[in-house]
Amino acid sequence: MTVKPPHLRFVSSDRRVREDRRFVVGKGNFVADVDLPGLRHVALITCPHPAARILNIDASAALARPGVHYVLDGRELAGATLPLMSGLEIPHVPRHPLAVGTARYSGEWVAAVVADTRALAEDAAEDVRIDYEPLPFVLDAEQAIAPGSPLVHEAHGSNVLLDRNFVWGEVDEDFAASPRTLSLRVKWGRSATVPIETFGVVAQWDPWREILDVWASIQMPKYPEQIATALKLPASGVRVHYDVDVGGSYGVKRGIKHSVLACYLARRLGFPVRLIEDRLENMRGGDAHGPERLFDVDVAFDDAGIVRAMKMRALDNVGAYAGRSPFQLGKPIGAIVGPYKIRSVQYRAMAVVTNKTTQEAVRAFGQSPTNFAIERMMDEVADTLGLDRLEVRRRNLIRHDEFPYLIPSGTNYDSGDYETVIAKVLQHTDYEALQAERDAMRRGGKLAGIGIAACLEPNGGNASFEPLLNPKNTTTTWMESCRISVDLSGAITATMHTTSAGQGHETMVATVVGEVLGIDPDRIRVVRSDSLISMPSNSPVGSRMAVMLGGASYHAAQKLKAKLVAIAAHDLGIAPERALYSAGDVVDGGAPDRRRSWDELVTIAHRNMHRMPEGFEPGLSVSHVLQVPTGGTLPTPDGRVQMYPCFSFEFHLVLLSIDPALGTSKIERYTIGHDCGTVINPKIVRGMTLGGVAHGIGAALYEEFAYNEDGQMVAQSLMDYLLPSSHEVPKIDIVHHVTPSPHTVLGQKGSGESGYLGAPAAIANAVNDAVRPLGITVNTLPIKTARLGDLIADALEKKAT
Amino acid sequence: MHWRSRMRIELIVNGTTHALDIEPRTTLLDCLRDNLGLKGAHAGCEHGVCGACTVLLDGVPVRSCLMFAVQAEGNQITTIEGITPGQGELSPVQDAFCETHGMQCGYCTPAMILTAHALLNANPNPTREDIVEAISGNICRCTGYAQIVEAIALAAERLSGANRAKDAS
Repeated sequence: MTVKPPHLRFVSSDRRVREDRRFVVGKGNFVADVDLPGLRHVALITCPHPAARILNIDASAALARPGVHYVLDGRELAGATLPLMSGLEIPHVPRHPLAVGTARYSGEWVAAVVADTRALAEDAAEDVRIDYEPLPFVLDAEQAIAPGSPLVHEAHGSNVLLDRNFVWGEVDEDFAASPRTLSLRVKWGRSATVPIETFGVVAQWDPWREILDVWASIQMPKYPEQIATALKLPASGVRVHYDVDVGGSYGVKRGIKHSVLACYLARRLGFPVRLIEDRLENMRGGDAHGPERLFDVDVAFDDAGIVRAMKMRALDNVGAYAGRSPFQLGKPIGAIVGPYKIRSVQYRAMAVVTNKTTQEAVRAFGQSPTNFAIERMMDEVADTLGLDRLEVRRRNLIRHDEFPYLIPSGTNYDSGDYETVIAKVLQHTDYEALQAERDAMRRGGKLAGIGIAACLEPNGGNASFEPLLNPKNTTTTWMESCRISVDLSGAITATMHTTSAGQGHETMVATVVGEVLGIDPDRIRVVRSDSLISMPSNSPVGSRMAVMLGGASYHAAQKLKAKLVAIAAHDLGIAPERALYSAGDVVDGGAPDRRRSWDELVTIAHRNMHRMPEGFEPGLSVSHVLQVPTGGTLPTPDGRVQMYPCFSFEFHLVLLSIDPALGTSKIERYTIGHDCGTVINPKIVRGMTLGGVAHGIGAALYEEFAYNEDGQMVAQSLMDYLLPSSHEVPKIDIVHHVTPSPHTVLGQKGSGESGYLGAPAAIANAVNDAVRPLGITVNTLPIKTARLGDLIADALEKKAT
Repeated sequence: MHWRSRMRIELIVNGTTHALDIEPRTTLLDCLRDNLGLKGAHAGCEHGVCGACTVLLDGVPVRSCLMFAVQAEGNQITTIEGITPGQGELSPVQDAFCETHGMQCGYCTPAMILTAHALLNANPNPTREDIVEAISGNICRCTGYAQIVEAIALAAERLSGANRAKDAS
C-alpha cells in the first residue's frame, strides 16, 4: 500500500473515515430522510412521444381527487421562472423543468402533480389527460447534422449547439511528413453513473422571512445561485443546506430542473414540497445520461510507432437540451494527447441535439471517452506495425525528466513518472506469465486477450473549458474555502461549504488541519454550512477536493498556527521568529522552559484583549479561499489554455476471456497502477480507484441507455440497464506510486475519477486482443454479450465456409 | 376491497410490536420509513434489483420494496436500527465496515450490513465466494465491492474469535 512520507504524521496514515460511523447505523441524512411538517409530494407526468406538440392538458379529474393540491404545467412555470442556465450562447434552445408547448424526448416531464402522498400524486397523474400531436424526430447524431433532419429546436435553425475546431501545432505538416497514417472510428455508448439513490429535493418557502430553504441530493457548482436566478430571487433568499448526505453522484446529481420545479411549487403553494425521482423518472426524464460520443480519429506516425500528430473529431449526442454536457467536450482538451508526446493536434468538438434524454456531467467530464479513443488508437498503431502494444506506448510516453510538460493545447502537465508506474505493474503482475496464461487459455479453446491502457486523470478542477468554448464567459477562478474556529473551550471546528457524495471530505479536512496543527484529527470537528453562511465553493466536481478543499484547509490551518505563534510571542515578549509551535503549544526557542500552552493561548484570544498583539481581532477564527493552482488566465485566441492544475496517472493491465459460444466476457485478472501524488487517506483513495474500475467495467461491457427505432428508451429499469454486481467485478490489484504535484500543499492530486478513466479502454483493448484472430475489431462500447456473441458467430461461420 | 380501504395490522420490528392502520398497498419499505420512522432502509430502484431496501424477515434478507407491509404480519422484521447495539455502539459487522471503509456514500450500506449479518448467522466462516454470492443482490455503485468483501471477512474472523473466547469462559 501507500508509503507514508516520513514528515507527515496523519496524512497518508491508514485512518478510519469518520463519515462511515453514521452510515453503518443507517443514520445518514439523505434527502428522503428530511421530514417537514405538512410536507407534500410531487409526481411527474411524462411525454410518451420522442417529439410532440402539447395540444391540451386537462387536469380537472386529477384535481377532483381528495388529497390532490395542484397540477402544474410548463406554461405556468415558464411564465414565472427564467430558463435554466446552459453556459452556451443558445437563446433559442431554452430549457425549462417542464416542457413548454413542445416535448422533445420520450420521458420529458410535461406536468407535475402535488398531493398529500407520493402514491396519491401518482394516482392523480394517471388522471391528467394530455393531447399530443406527434412530430418528426431524430435520434442519431450523424443524422441530426445531415441536411433535412428534423430540428429538435426549430427556432435554433440547426441541431448543432457547438462546433469548434482547434488546431494546435503544425498538424498538416506533421501528417505530410509522416510515413504512415491510419484512421479509426470509435463510439462511446450512452451510459451514466446511475447512483443507487435517485435525485431528490425538498423545498420550503417562508414568506415572512422571505427565505427558500432547500435540501437536495446535489453535487453542483453555483447551485444556490442557479435556483435564485431561475426564480428571480436574490441568492441571499435561497438557503441550501449542505449537511444532506448525497447517496452517490459521480457527476450526475445536477437536479437543477427538479429543484426549480420543487422550489416554485413550494413558493406558489405555501407548504413544503418534496420531489424524489422514482427509478423510471431518474433514468428517463431525470436528465442524467452521460456522453454518447462518436470519435473519428486520424493519426500520423512512423515505422517505429512514434506518433507525431492526431486529428480527432468528437461528435456528441447531448440529447434534447443543453445541460452541462457540451462542456464535456472541453475538459479533455487539457489532456488531449494522454500521456504521450504527440506534437500537434487538430480537435473538432461538436455537440448535437437529438430527441433523447438530456445529458449531464458524468464522472471524468468527458475524459474517459476521450481516453478510450486515444488508447484504441495506440493499439491500432501497434497492430498496424506489428509491434508490441506496450512497447509502442513506451516509445511515446512523456518521460519523468520532461515535466512540467507542455502539451499542444496549452496545458502544462505538472508531474509524473509513467514509466515507473508501468514497470511496477508489470513486475507485480508478471507480464510474461500473464501472456502465457492468455496463450494457454487460447489453446484451451477460449478466446482470451490482454488489454492495456495508460491514462491521465486531470484534476483539481477549474472551469477553463467555459471560456474556451464560450468566449463570452470570462471565468478564471473556481475557488474553494475552509474556515477554522477555536472556541473558548479550546475545541477546533472546521467548516466546509458543500455537500459530499461519499468522498470523505470531513475526514480529509480533519486530517489536513490536524497535520498542520499537530493535533489528532479525531479531536477536530468538521461541519457543513448552509449557503447563506458559506464561503465560496464550487462543489466536489472535477476530482478537485483533495487539491482544493485540502489546500484551503491547509492554508486556513497555517493561518491559525501563525496567529497562535504571534499571540504567544507577544505574550512572552519575544520576536515571533523565536516562538516555536509544537502540537498546540508555543515554546520560546531561546528558553524552552518558557511557553504558552494551547489553553493559555485560547484564553488570551477569547478573554484577554490586553495581552493580544496590536491590531489583532479577538477570538481564534481564520479562513482561506483557495484559487485553483495554475488558474487565473483566459484562453489564448487560438484556443490554448491551462485546463486543470494536476494530472494523476493510471495504468491498467487486464486479462479477459470470452466464451466463444455465448460472447460472455470474463475478467480473469486486473491490475491498476495508480499515481495521484501524496495520498491523504489510503482507504478513501483505494475505494475510489476500485469503484472507478467497477464503474468502467459497467461502461465497457454492460451499461447502455438503449433506444428503439420509435424513439423509446428501452433500458428503463435496472433489469435492462445492468449495473455490475459483486459477480461482475473481479479482484483488482492496485499498485501505488507517489509522484508529488508541485502545485499542491502536500503534493496531493485528485483521485475521484480514478479507475474509470482507463478501465473502459483497457477492457475494450483486451476484447480486441481476444477477437483479433477472428478478424474482428470492436470499437463500440458497451461490448454487450449479445453483440459480441453475434460478431463471433458470424466470424466463425465465415471461417468455416 | 377498494385500494383506499385501510387495514389494521401488527408488525414486529426489532422485537417491538407496532399496531398500524395502513393502506394495504403500502410497501413494507414505505411503512418502515414513513409510519415507523426507521429511515435506515433506503429506496433505490423500487423494483427489487438494487437491494438498498433490504431488511431481514425472520433472519432472511428480503426486498422491503417488493412486499406489502400487511404481508409481514407475524414475521420478525429486523432493520439496521435493530442491529445497532446501543447509542454510539457498533455491532462487529458495522465496526468491520468502518475498519475496511466498506462504503463511500453510505446509501447501500445498511442493506449490505443486514445481508452480511444474515450470511454470518448462517455461515460463520464464509469463503470469499460465499461472501460475493451473498452480496450479489445488493448493488453498490461506489466501492467496486472489494472493501465490502473484506469487511465481511474481517467481521467473520473477529466473530469467530469472540465466540471462541466466550465458549472458553
